[in-house]
Amino acid sequence: MILAVRRSALPGFKPAFGVTLLWLSLIVLLPLVALVIRPWELGISGVWASVTEPRVLAALRLSFGGAAVAALFNVPFGLLVAWVMVRYQFPGRNLADSLIDMPLALPTAVAGIALTALFAPKGWIGSLLLPLGVKVAYTPLGVIIAMIFVGLPFVVRTLEPIVMDLPAEAEEAAATLGATRGQIMRRVVLPALVPGLLAGFGAALARGVGEYGSVIFIAGNMPMISEIAPLLIVIRLEQLDYAGAAAVGMVMLLVSFAILMLLNMLEHRMSRGR
Amino acid sequence: MNRSATQESRSVQAVLIVLTIGLLVAFLLLPLVVVFTQALKDGLAGVLDALSQPDALAAIRLTLLVAAISVPLNAACGLAAAWCVSRFQFRGRNLLITLIELPFSVSPVISGLVWVLLFGASGWFGPFLSQHGIRIIFAVPGLVLATVFVTFPYVARTLIPLMEQQGSAEEEAALTLGAGLWQMLWHVTLPNIGWGLLYGVLLCNARAMGEFGAVAVVSGHIRGQTMTMPLQVEALFNDYDWIGAFSIAGLLALLALVTLVFKAILEWRLERRSGGLL
Repeated sequence: MILAVRRSALPGFKPAFGVTLLWLSLIVLLPLVALVIRPWELGISGVWASVTEPRVLAALRLSFGGAAVAALFNVPFGLLVAWVMVRYQFPGRNLADSLIDMPLALPTAVAGIALTALFAPKGWIGSLLLPLGVKVAYTPLGVIIAMIFVGLPFVVRTLEPIVMDLPAEAEEAAATLGATRGQIMRRVVLPALVPGLLAGFGAALARGVGEYGSVIFIAGNMPMISEIAPLLIVIRLEQLDYAGAAAVGMVMLLVSFAILMLLNMLEHRMSRGR
Repeated sequence: MNRSATQESRSVQAVLIVLTIGLLVAFLLLPLVVVFTQALKDGLAGVLDALSQPDALAAIRLTLLVAAISVPLNAACGLAAAWCVSRFQFRGRNLLITLIELPFSVSPVISGLVWVLLFGASGWFGPFLSQHGIRIIFAVPGLVLATVFVTFPYVARTLIPLMEQQGSAEEEAALTLGAGLWQMLWHVTLPNIGWGLLYGVLLCNARAMGEFGAVAVVSGHIRGQTMTMPLQVEALFNDYDWIGAFSIAGLLALLALVTLVFKAILEWRLERRSGGLL
Protein backbone atom coordinates (compact mmCIF):
# COMPACT_ATOMS: atom_id res chain seq x y z
CA MET A 1 0.00 0.00 0.00
CA ILE A 2 1.43 3.37 -0.99
CA LEU A 3 -0.56 5.12 1.67
CA ALA A 4 1.52 5.89 4.70
CA VAL A 5 -0.91 6.11 7.59
CA ARG A 6 0.58 7.79 10.58
CA ARG A 7 -0.38 8.92 14.03
CA SER A 8 -3.50 6.94 14.67
CA ALA A 9 -4.38 4.01 16.85
CA LEU A 10 -7.86 3.81 15.38
CA PRO A 11 -9.03 0.94 13.19
CA GLY A 12 -11.12 1.04 10.07
CA PHE A 13 -8.94 3.11 7.77
CA LYS A 14 -8.72 0.60 4.95
CA PRO A 15 -12.42 -0.24 4.60
CA ALA A 16 -13.48 3.38 4.99
CA PHE A 17 -10.87 4.56 2.51
CA GLY A 18 -11.80 1.79 0.10
CA VAL A 19 -15.50 2.66 0.19
CA THR A 20 -14.75 6.37 -0.23
CA LEU A 21 -12.40 5.84 -3.15
CA LEU A 22 -14.72 3.38 -4.90
CA TRP A 23 -17.75 5.64 -4.54
CA LEU A 24 -15.77 8.72 -5.55
CA SER A 25 -14.41 6.96 -8.64
CA LEU A 26 -17.77 5.66 -9.81
CA ILE A 27 -19.87 8.69 -8.99
CA VAL A 28 -17.54 11.63 -9.59
CA LEU A 29 -14.34 10.69 -11.42
CA LEU A 30 -15.55 8.30 -14.15
CA PRO A 31 -18.28 10.71 -15.29
CA LEU A 32 -15.86 13.65 -15.37
CA VAL A 33 -13.39 11.60 -17.40
CA ALA A 34 -16.15 11.15 -19.98
CA LEU A 35 -16.63 14.91 -20.04
CA VAL A 36 -12.96 15.52 -20.79
CA ILE A 37 -12.60 12.76 -23.40
CA ARG A 38 -15.82 12.90 -25.42
CA PRO A 39 -15.36 16.33 -27.06
CA TRP A 40 -12.26 15.07 -28.93
CA GLU A 41 -14.43 12.82 -31.09
CA LEU A 42 -14.77 16.00 -33.12
CA GLY A 43 -11.02 16.31 -33.55
CA ILE A 44 -9.04 19.33 -32.39
CA SER A 45 -10.32 21.60 -35.15
CA GLY A 46 -13.86 20.32 -34.57
CA VAL A 47 -13.70 21.18 -30.85
CA TRP A 48 -12.33 24.61 -31.69
CA ALA A 49 -15.08 25.22 -34.26
CA SER A 50 -17.69 23.95 -31.83
CA VAL A 51 -16.74 26.24 -28.97
CA THR A 52 -16.02 29.33 -31.10
CA GLU A 53 -19.45 29.43 -32.73
CA PRO A 54 -20.76 32.98 -32.21
CA ARG A 55 -23.75 31.67 -30.23
CA VAL A 56 -21.46 29.67 -27.89
CA LEU A 57 -19.09 32.59 -27.40
CA ALA A 58 -22.01 34.89 -26.60
CA ALA A 59 -23.33 32.37 -24.05
CA LEU A 60 -19.93 31.91 -22.43
CA ARG A 61 -19.46 35.68 -22.31
CA LEU A 62 -22.83 36.06 -20.56
CA SER A 63 -22.19 33.25 -18.07
CA PHE A 64 -18.70 34.39 -17.12
CA GLY A 65 -19.30 38.14 -17.54
CA GLY A 66 -22.63 38.08 -15.74
CA ALA A 67 -21.18 35.99 -12.91
CA ALA A 68 -18.25 38.42 -12.61
CA VAL A 69 -20.55 41.46 -12.43
CA ALA A 70 -22.79 39.71 -9.89
CA ALA A 71 -19.78 38.69 -7.79
CA LEU A 72 -18.42 42.26 -7.98
CA PHE A 73 -21.74 43.52 -6.64
CA ASN A 74 -21.77 40.82 -3.98
CA VAL A 75 -18.33 41.78 -2.62
CA PRO A 76 -19.38 45.14 -1.09
CA PHE A 77 -22.92 43.86 -0.42
CA GLY A 78 -21.54 40.75 1.30
CA LEU A 79 -18.96 42.77 3.24
CA LEU A 80 -21.68 45.12 4.50
CA VAL A 81 -23.83 42.17 5.62
CA ALA A 82 -20.92 40.30 7.22
CA TRP A 83 -19.74 43.44 9.03
CA VAL A 84 -23.19 44.27 10.38
CA MET A 85 -23.86 40.66 11.41
CA VAL A 86 -20.56 40.29 13.28
CA ARG A 87 -20.08 43.72 14.81
CA TYR A 88 -23.56 45.01 15.61
CA GLN A 89 -26.42 43.86 17.80
CA PHE A 90 -29.93 44.60 16.58
CA PRO A 91 -33.39 43.09 16.90
CA GLY A 92 -34.01 40.39 14.30
CA ARG A 93 -30.31 39.56 13.98
CA ASN A 94 -30.89 35.80 14.26
CA LEU A 95 -33.64 35.97 11.68
CA ALA A 96 -31.36 37.88 9.31
CA ASP A 97 -28.68 35.24 9.87
CA SER A 98 -31.05 32.47 8.78
CA LEU A 99 -32.19 34.56 5.83
CA ILE A 100 -28.62 34.73 4.50
CA ASP A 101 -28.67 30.95 3.95
CA MET A 102 -31.97 31.13 2.07
CA PRO A 103 -30.40 30.99 -1.44
CA LEU A 104 -28.47 27.86 -0.44
CA ALA A 105 -31.56 26.09 0.88
CA LEU A 106 -34.16 27.22 -1.65
CA PRO A 107 -34.30 24.95 -4.73
CA THR A 108 -33.01 26.85 -7.76
CA ALA A 109 -36.18 26.34 -9.82
CA VAL A 110 -38.22 27.87 -6.98
CA ALA A 111 -35.85 30.83 -6.77
CA GLY A 112 -36.03 31.15 -10.54
CA ILE A 113 -39.80 31.43 -10.84
CA ALA A 114 -40.00 33.62 -7.71
CA LEU A 115 -37.44 36.11 -9.08
CA THR A 116 -39.25 36.11 -12.42
CA ALA A 117 -42.57 36.87 -10.71
CA LEU A 118 -40.90 39.67 -8.69
CA PHE A 119 -39.09 41.33 -11.58
CA ALA A 120 -41.61 40.76 -14.38
CA PRO A 121 -43.15 44.03 -15.66
CA LYS A 122 -46.22 43.37 -13.50
CA GLY A 123 -44.25 42.07 -10.48
CA TRP A 124 -43.74 43.87 -7.17
CA ILE A 125 -40.26 45.14 -8.04
CA GLY A 126 -40.57 45.04 -11.83
CA SER A 127 -43.55 47.41 -11.81
CA LEU A 128 -41.53 49.91 -9.73
CA LEU A 129 -38.58 49.77 -12.11
CA LEU A 130 -40.61 49.97 -15.32
CA PRO A 131 -41.40 53.73 -15.04
CA LEU A 132 -37.65 54.30 -14.60
CA GLY A 133 -37.07 52.56 -17.91
CA VAL A 134 -35.28 49.62 -16.28
CA LYS A 135 -36.23 46.22 -17.62
CA VAL A 136 -34.92 43.28 -15.62
CA ALA A 137 -36.89 40.18 -16.54
CA TYR A 138 -35.99 38.59 -19.89
CA THR A 139 -32.78 40.65 -20.24
CA PRO A 140 -29.12 40.07 -19.31
CA LEU A 141 -29.79 42.23 -16.23
CA GLY A 142 -32.20 39.53 -15.03
CA VAL A 143 -29.43 36.96 -15.40
CA ILE A 144 -27.20 39.11 -13.19
CA ILE A 145 -29.95 39.59 -10.57
CA ALA A 146 -30.40 35.81 -10.30
CA MET A 147 -26.63 35.34 -9.99
CA ILE A 148 -26.48 37.97 -7.22
CA PHE A 149 -29.20 36.06 -5.37
CA VAL A 150 -27.41 32.71 -5.46
CA GLY A 151 -23.92 34.15 -4.87
CA LEU A 152 -24.49 36.37 -1.83
CA PRO A 153 -24.25 33.69 0.89
CA PHE A 154 -20.85 32.59 -0.39
CA VAL A 155 -19.35 36.06 0.14
CA VAL A 156 -21.02 36.59 3.54
CA ARG A 157 -20.10 33.16 4.92
CA THR A 158 -16.50 33.51 3.68
CA LEU A 159 -16.09 36.94 5.28
CA GLU A 160 -17.83 36.43 8.64
CA PRO A 161 -15.11 34.34 10.33
CA ILE A 162 -12.46 36.72 8.99
CA VAL A 163 -14.24 39.81 10.35
CA MET A 164 -14.69 37.96 13.65
CA ASP A 165 -10.95 37.21 13.87
CA LEU A 166 -9.77 40.75 13.07
CA PRO A 167 -7.44 41.62 15.94
CA ALA A 168 -9.04 44.42 17.99
CA GLU A 169 -5.54 45.50 19.08
CA ALA A 170 -4.64 46.69 15.58
CA GLU A 171 -7.65 48.97 15.45
CA GLU A 172 -7.04 50.18 19.00
CA ALA A 173 -3.38 50.86 18.29
CA ALA A 174 -4.27 52.87 15.20
CA ALA A 175 -6.84 54.80 17.25
CA THR A 176 -4.28 55.51 19.96
CA LEU A 177 -1.96 56.88 17.30
CA GLY A 178 -4.67 59.32 16.32
CA ALA A 179 -6.19 57.70 13.24
CA THR A 180 -9.80 58.49 12.45
CA ARG A 181 -12.39 55.74 11.94
CA GLY A 182 -12.25 56.29 8.17
CA GLN A 183 -8.46 55.97 8.12
CA ILE A 184 -8.60 52.81 10.23
CA MET A 185 -11.15 51.22 7.93
CA ARG A 186 -9.10 52.07 4.84
CA ARG A 187 -5.62 51.27 6.10
CA VAL A 188 -6.07 48.64 8.83
CA VAL A 189 -9.34 46.77 8.33
CA LEU A 190 -9.73 46.60 4.55
CA PRO A 191 -6.20 45.33 3.77
CA ALA A 192 -6.73 42.52 6.28
CA LEU A 193 -9.94 41.58 4.52
CA VAL A 194 -8.57 41.49 0.96
CA PRO A 195 -7.77 37.74 0.88
CA GLY A 196 -11.26 37.00 2.20
CA LEU A 197 -12.83 39.33 -0.34
CA LEU A 198 -10.95 37.54 -3.13
CA ALA A 199 -12.03 34.12 -1.83
CA GLY A 200 -15.65 35.25 -1.55
CA PHE A 201 -15.51 36.76 -5.03
CA GLY A 202 -14.18 33.47 -6.41
CA ALA A 203 -16.82 31.35 -4.69
CA ALA A 204 -19.66 33.61 -5.85
CA LEU A 205 -18.23 33.71 -9.37
CA ALA A 206 -17.92 29.91 -9.58
CA ARG A 207 -21.51 29.51 -8.42
CA GLY A 208 -22.79 32.09 -10.90
CA VAL A 209 -20.97 30.62 -13.91
CA GLY A 210 -22.60 27.23 -13.53
CA GLU A 211 -25.98 28.47 -12.34
CA TYR A 212 -28.95 27.18 -14.30
CA GLY A 213 -32.24 26.81 -12.44
CA SER A 214 -32.54 30.28 -10.94
CA VAL A 215 -31.39 31.96 -14.17
CA ILE A 216 -33.30 30.36 -17.05
CA PHE A 217 -36.75 31.58 -16.02
CA ILE A 218 -35.82 35.24 -15.64
CA ALA A 219 -33.36 35.25 -18.57
CA GLY A 220 -35.81 34.95 -21.45
CA ASN A 221 -33.14 32.81 -23.17
CA MET A 222 -32.77 34.76 -26.38
CA PRO A 223 -29.85 33.37 -28.43
CA MET A 224 -26.86 35.76 -28.53
CA ILE A 225 -28.46 38.05 -25.93
CA SER A 226 -29.70 36.36 -22.78
CA GLU A 227 -28.77 32.71 -23.30
CA ILE A 228 -26.40 31.22 -20.69
CA ALA A 229 -23.79 28.54 -21.40
CA PRO A 230 -25.44 25.76 -19.33
CA LEU A 231 -28.64 26.23 -21.37
CA LEU A 232 -26.62 25.78 -24.55
CA ILE A 233 -25.41 22.42 -23.21
CA VAL A 234 -29.05 21.40 -22.69
CA ILE A 235 -29.97 22.53 -26.21
CA ARG A 236 -27.06 20.64 -27.80
CA LEU A 237 -28.00 17.49 -25.89
CA GLU A 238 -31.55 17.78 -27.17
CA GLN A 239 -30.09 17.89 -30.69
CA LEU A 240 -28.11 14.72 -29.77
CA ASP A 241 -24.85 16.66 -30.28
CA TYR A 242 -23.13 14.93 -27.34
CA ALA A 243 -19.60 15.92 -28.29
CA GLY A 244 -20.62 19.55 -28.81
CA ALA A 245 -22.39 19.63 -25.45
CA ALA A 246 -19.37 18.07 -23.76
CA ALA A 247 -17.09 20.61 -25.46
CA VAL A 248 -19.02 23.54 -23.95
CA GLY A 249 -19.05 21.79 -20.55
CA MET A 250 -15.33 21.14 -20.70
CA VAL A 251 -14.53 24.76 -21.59
CA MET A 252 -16.74 26.03 -18.74
CA LEU A 253 -15.04 23.72 -16.26
CA LEU A 254 -11.49 24.51 -17.45
CA VAL A 255 -12.01 28.28 -17.45
CA SER A 256 -13.67 28.16 -14.01
CA PHE A 257 -10.80 26.15 -12.55
CA ALA A 258 -8.23 28.45 -14.15
CA ILE A 259 -9.92 31.52 -12.62
CA LEU A 260 -10.22 29.87 -9.20
CA MET A 261 -6.56 28.83 -9.24
CA LEU A 262 -5.50 32.34 -10.22
CA LEU A 263 -7.57 33.86 -7.40
CA ASN A 264 -6.18 31.26 -5.01
CA MET A 265 -2.60 32.20 -5.90
CA LEU A 266 -3.40 35.89 -5.57
CA GLU A 267 -5.03 35.27 -2.20
CA HIS A 268 -1.99 33.28 -1.05
CA ARG A 269 0.43 35.99 -2.07
CA MET A 270 -1.68 38.68 -0.40
CA SER A 271 -1.96 36.88 2.91
CA ARG A 272 1.75 36.00 2.89
CA GLY A 273 2.81 39.51 1.94
CA ARG A 274 1.51 40.91 5.19
CA MET B 1 -8.51 56.50 23.69
CA ASN B 2 -10.89 57.85 21.15
CA ARG B 3 -13.92 55.50 21.21
CA SER B 4 -15.23 56.72 17.86
CA ALA B 5 -12.08 55.51 16.15
CA THR B 6 -12.58 51.83 17.06
CA GLN B 7 -16.31 51.84 16.44
CA GLU B 8 -18.63 53.45 13.96
CA SER B 9 -20.76 56.22 15.42
CA ARG B 10 -24.30 55.31 16.46
CA SER B 11 -25.84 57.02 13.46
CA VAL B 12 -23.51 55.25 11.00
CA GLN B 13 -24.33 51.95 12.69
CA ALA B 14 -28.06 52.62 12.36
CA VAL B 15 -27.70 53.49 8.66
CA LEU B 16 -25.67 50.33 7.95
CA ILE B 17 -28.12 48.12 9.84
CA VAL B 18 -31.13 49.58 8.02
CA LEU B 19 -29.32 49.24 4.67
CA THR B 20 -28.44 45.61 5.40
CA ILE B 21 -31.94 44.68 6.48
CA GLY B 22 -33.40 46.48 3.47
CA LEU B 23 -31.13 44.65 1.03
CA LEU B 24 -31.71 41.27 2.70
CA VAL B 25 -35.47 41.75 2.64
CA ALA B 26 -35.53 42.89 -0.99
CA PHE B 27 -33.15 40.26 -2.31
CA LEU B 28 -33.74 37.25 -0.08
CA LEU B 29 -37.06 37.54 1.74
CA LEU B 30 -39.28 38.90 -1.05
CA PRO B 31 -38.68 35.93 -3.39
CA LEU B 32 -39.80 33.62 -0.59
CA VAL B 33 -42.89 35.70 0.16
CA VAL B 34 -43.78 35.81 -3.53
CA VAL B 35 -43.82 32.00 -3.72
CA PHE B 36 -46.48 31.75 -1.03
CA THR B 37 -48.60 34.71 -2.16
CA GLN B 38 -48.68 33.46 -5.75
CA ALA B 39 -49.60 29.96 -4.62
CA LEU B 40 -52.39 31.25 -2.39
CA LYS B 41 -53.86 33.61 -4.99
CA ASP B 42 -57.05 31.52 -5.18
CA GLY B 43 -56.90 30.55 -1.53
CA LEU B 44 -55.94 27.30 0.08
CA ALA B 45 -58.43 25.40 -2.07
CA GLY B 46 -56.45 26.32 -5.19
CA VAL B 47 -53.25 24.98 -3.64
CA LEU B 48 -54.89 21.74 -2.51
CA ASP B 49 -56.45 21.29 -5.93
CA ALA B 50 -53.09 21.88 -7.65
CA LEU B 51 -51.29 19.47 -5.35
CA SER B 52 -53.85 16.70 -5.84
CA GLN B 53 -53.48 16.63 -9.64
CA PRO B 54 -52.23 13.18 -10.74
CA ASP B 55 -49.06 14.66 -12.31
CA ALA B 56 -48.29 16.64 -9.15
CA LEU B 57 -48.74 13.54 -6.98
CA ALA B 58 -46.55 11.51 -9.35
CA ALA B 59 -43.86 14.22 -9.14
CA ILE B 60 -44.00 14.22 -5.33
CA ARG B 61 -43.78 10.41 -5.23
CA LEU B 62 -40.83 10.36 -7.66
CA THR B 63 -38.99 13.07 -5.71
CA LEU B 64 -39.41 11.10 -2.47
CA LEU B 65 -38.24 7.90 -4.19
CA VAL B 66 -35.11 9.50 -5.68
CA ALA B 67 -34.20 11.10 -2.35
CA ALA B 68 -34.88 7.85 -0.47
CA ILE B 69 -32.30 6.06 -2.66
CA SER B 70 -29.65 8.79 -2.99
CA VAL B 71 -29.53 10.20 0.52
CA PRO B 72 -28.77 6.96 2.45
CA LEU B 73 -26.09 6.02 -0.09
CA ASN B 74 -24.39 9.39 0.25
CA ALA B 75 -24.83 9.39 4.04
CA ALA B 76 -23.01 6.05 4.36
CA CYS B 77 -20.22 7.08 2.00
CA GLY B 78 -19.98 10.53 3.53
CA LEU B 79 -19.53 8.94 6.94
CA ALA B 80 -16.77 6.68 5.59
CA ALA B 81 -15.07 9.63 3.91
CA ALA B 82 -15.28 11.76 7.07
CA TRP B 83 -13.81 8.89 9.12
CA CYS B 84 -10.77 8.63 6.79
CA VAL B 85 -10.15 12.34 6.53
CA SER B 86 -10.73 13.36 10.15
CA ARG B 87 -9.09 10.41 11.93
CA PHE B 88 -6.06 9.58 9.79
CA GLN B 89 -3.07 11.35 8.28
CA PHE B 90 -2.13 9.94 4.90
CA ARG B 91 -0.55 11.00 1.66
CA GLY B 92 -3.12 12.42 -0.73
CA ARG B 93 -5.42 13.49 2.10
CA ASN B 94 -5.79 17.02 0.76
CA LEU B 95 -6.38 15.67 -2.72
CA LEU B 96 -9.13 13.45 -1.34
CA ILE B 97 -10.80 16.45 0.34
CA THR B 98 -10.61 18.40 -2.93
CA LEU B 99 -12.16 15.50 -4.84
CA ILE B 100 -14.94 15.12 -2.27
CA GLU B 101 -15.84 18.80 -2.69
CA LEU B 102 -15.45 18.73 -6.47
CA PRO B 103 -19.19 18.35 -7.28
CA PHE B 104 -19.81 21.70 -5.54
CA SER B 105 -17.84 23.53 -8.21
CA VAL B 106 -19.36 21.72 -11.18
CA SER B 107 -22.39 23.27 -12.89
CA PRO B 108 -25.57 21.27 -12.20
CA VAL B 109 -26.12 20.92 -15.94
CA ILE B 110 -22.67 19.36 -16.32
CA SER B 111 -23.50 17.02 -13.42
CA GLY B 112 -26.37 15.71 -15.53
CA LEU B 113 -24.51 15.88 -18.85
CA VAL B 114 -21.76 13.49 -17.71
CA TRP B 115 -24.32 10.70 -17.16
CA VAL B 116 -25.80 11.21 -20.61
CA LEU B 117 -22.27 10.95 -22.05
CA LEU B 118 -21.93 7.58 -20.31
CA PHE B 119 -25.40 6.05 -20.53
CA GLY B 120 -27.34 8.07 -23.15
CA ALA B 121 -28.42 6.62 -26.51
CA SER B 122 -25.02 7.48 -28.02
CA GLY B 123 -23.17 7.33 -24.72
CA TRP B 124 -20.19 5.04 -24.08
CA PHE B 125 -22.36 2.31 -22.55
CA GLY B 126 -25.53 3.28 -24.48
CA PRO B 127 -25.45 0.48 -27.12
CA PHE B 128 -24.74 -2.17 -24.46
CA LEU B 129 -27.63 -0.95 -22.31
CA SER B 130 -30.14 -0.82 -25.16
CA GLN B 131 -29.14 -4.37 -26.22
CA HIS B 132 -30.01 -5.59 -22.76
CA GLY B 133 -33.13 -3.49 -22.47
CA ILE B 134 -31.84 -1.38 -19.57
CA ARG B 135 -32.88 2.26 -19.38
CA ILE B 136 -30.83 4.65 -17.28
CA ILE B 137 -31.21 8.01 -18.99
CA PHE B 138 -34.82 9.30 -19.17
CA ALA B 139 -35.62 6.90 -16.30
CA VAL B 140 -35.31 6.68 -12.51
CA PRO B 141 -31.72 5.33 -12.41
CA GLY B 142 -30.48 8.41 -14.29
CA LEU B 143 -32.31 10.72 -11.91
CA VAL B 144 -30.72 8.90 -8.98
CA LEU B 145 -27.20 9.05 -10.48
CA ALA B 146 -27.47 12.77 -11.22
CA THR B 147 -28.81 13.42 -7.70
CA VAL B 148 -26.08 11.32 -6.08
CA PHE B 149 -23.42 13.29 -7.98
CA VAL B 150 -24.62 16.72 -6.84
CA THR B 151 -25.36 15.71 -3.23
CA PHE B 152 -22.19 13.67 -2.71
CA PRO B 153 -20.23 16.28 -0.68
CA TYR B 154 -22.86 17.38 1.86
CA VAL B 155 -22.56 14.75 4.61
CA ALA B 156 -18.76 14.53 4.48
CA ARG B 157 -18.44 18.33 4.36
CA THR B 158 -20.63 18.75 7.46
CA LEU B 159 -18.95 15.96 9.43
CA ILE B 160 -15.26 16.60 8.71
CA PRO B 161 -14.85 19.89 10.66
CA LEU B 162 -17.01 18.57 13.50
CA MET B 163 -15.05 15.31 13.85
CA GLU B 164 -11.70 17.09 13.55
CA GLN B 165 -12.71 19.44 16.33
CA GLN B 166 -13.89 16.60 18.59
CA GLY B 167 -10.67 14.63 18.19
CA SER B 168 -10.31 10.89 18.69
CA ALA B 169 -9.57 10.66 22.43
CA GLU B 170 -12.94 9.15 23.35
CA GLU B 171 -12.71 6.59 20.57
CA GLU B 172 -9.21 5.60 21.60
CA ALA B 173 -10.42 5.23 25.19
CA ALA B 174 -13.24 2.94 24.04
CA LEU B 175 -10.75 0.76 22.13
CA THR B 176 -8.42 0.59 25.12
CA LEU B 177 -11.35 -0.59 27.22
CA GLY B 178 -11.84 -3.45 24.78
CA ALA B 179 -14.55 -2.21 22.40
CA GLY B 180 -14.52 -3.50 18.84
CA LEU B 181 -14.74 -1.28 15.76
CA TRP B 182 -18.53 -1.48 15.48
CA GLN B 183 -19.09 -1.09 19.23
CA MET B 184 -16.90 2.01 19.20
CA LEU B 185 -18.72 3.47 16.17
CA TRP B 186 -22.16 2.73 17.63
CA HIS B 187 -21.58 3.78 21.27
CA VAL B 188 -19.00 6.56 20.92
CA THR B 189 -18.68 8.01 17.42
CA LEU B 190 -22.34 8.11 16.37
CA PRO B 191 -23.67 9.67 19.61
CA ASN B 192 -20.93 12.32 19.40
CA ILE B 193 -21.61 13.30 15.82
CA GLY B 194 -25.36 12.60 15.91
CA TRP B 195 -26.62 16.16 15.41
CA GLY B 196 -23.98 16.97 12.82
CA LEU B 197 -24.84 13.82 10.90
CA LEU B 198 -28.54 14.64 11.05
CA TYR B 199 -27.86 18.15 9.75
CA GLY B 200 -25.65 16.82 6.95
CA VAL B 201 -28.36 14.35 5.96
CA LEU B 202 -30.96 17.12 6.04
CA LEU B 203 -28.83 19.36 3.78
CA CYS B 204 -28.20 16.43 1.46
CA ASN B 205 -31.92 15.67 1.37
CA ALA B 206 -32.91 19.30 0.75
CA ARG B 207 -30.56 19.46 -2.23
CA ALA B 208 -31.66 16.01 -3.46
CA MET B 209 -35.33 17.00 -3.46
CA GLY B 210 -34.70 20.47 -4.86
CA GLU B 211 -32.11 19.64 -7.54
CA PHE B 212 -33.09 21.01 -10.93
CA GLY B 213 -30.31 21.42 -13.49
CA ALA B 214 -28.77 17.97 -13.18
CA VAL B 215 -32.08 16.08 -13.24
CA ALA B 216 -33.44 18.31 -16.03
CA VAL B 217 -30.75 16.92 -18.33
CA VAL B 218 -31.34 13.23 -17.58
CA SER B 219 -35.11 13.25 -17.06
CA GLY B 220 -36.48 13.47 -20.60
CA HIS B 221 -39.46 15.35 -19.14
CA ILE B 222 -42.02 12.54 -19.47
CA ARG B 223 -45.04 13.87 -17.59
CA GLY B 224 -46.28 11.66 -14.78
CA GLN B 225 -43.21 9.44 -15.13
CA THR B 226 -39.81 11.16 -14.96
CA MET B 227 -40.79 14.56 -13.58
CA THR B 228 -39.52 15.39 -10.10
CA MET B 229 -41.10 18.28 -8.21
CA PRO B 230 -38.70 20.99 -9.48
CA LEU B 231 -39.18 19.77 -13.06
CA GLN B 232 -42.95 19.81 -12.58
CA VAL B 233 -42.61 23.41 -11.33
CA GLU B 234 -40.84 24.32 -14.57
CA ALA B 235 -43.40 22.55 -16.77
CA LEU B 236 -46.39 24.18 -15.05
CA PHE B 237 -44.73 27.61 -15.08
CA ASN B 238 -44.08 27.31 -18.82
CA ASP B 239 -47.75 26.29 -19.27
CA TYR B 240 -48.74 29.57 -17.53
CA ASP B 241 -50.31 27.51 -14.71
CA TRP B 242 -48.83 29.81 -12.06
CA ILE B 243 -50.94 28.54 -9.18
CA GLY B 244 -49.90 24.97 -9.96
CA ALA B 245 -46.23 25.92 -10.32
CA PHE B 246 -46.13 28.04 -7.16
CA SER B 247 -48.06 25.45 -5.13
CA ILE B 248 -45.39 22.81 -5.72
CA ALA B 249 -42.72 25.49 -5.35
CA GLY B 250 -44.33 26.36 -2.00
CA LEU B 251 -43.91 22.77 -0.81
CA LEU B 252 -40.24 22.90 -1.77
CA ALA B 253 -39.87 26.30 -0.08
CA LEU B 254 -41.35 24.82 3.12
CA LEU B 255 -38.69 22.11 2.96
CA ALA B 256 -36.04 24.83 2.67
CA LEU B 257 -37.53 26.65 5.67
CA VAL B 258 -37.50 23.46 7.76
CA THR B 259 -33.83 22.98 6.86
CA LEU B 260 -32.99 26.55 7.91
CA VAL B 261 -34.92 26.28 11.18
CA PHE B 262 -33.12 23.05 11.96
CA LYS B 263 -29.78 24.73 11.26
CA ALA B 264 -30.66 27.57 13.65
CA ILE B 265 -31.65 25.08 16.38
CA LEU B 266 -28.44 23.13 15.87
CA GLU B 267 -26.27 26.25 16.09
CA TRP B 268 -28.10 27.33 19.23
CA ARG B 269 -27.54 23.89 20.80
CA LEU B 270 -23.84 23.84 19.92
CA GLU B 271 -23.32 27.38 21.21
CA ARG B 272 -25.09 26.56 24.46
CA ARG B 273 -23.10 23.39 24.94
CA SER B 274 -19.72 25.01 24.30
CA GLY B 275 -20.86 27.95 26.41
CA GLY B 276 -21.59 25.51 29.24
CA LEU B 277 -18.15 24.00 28.96
CA LEU B 278 -16.25 27.27 28.97
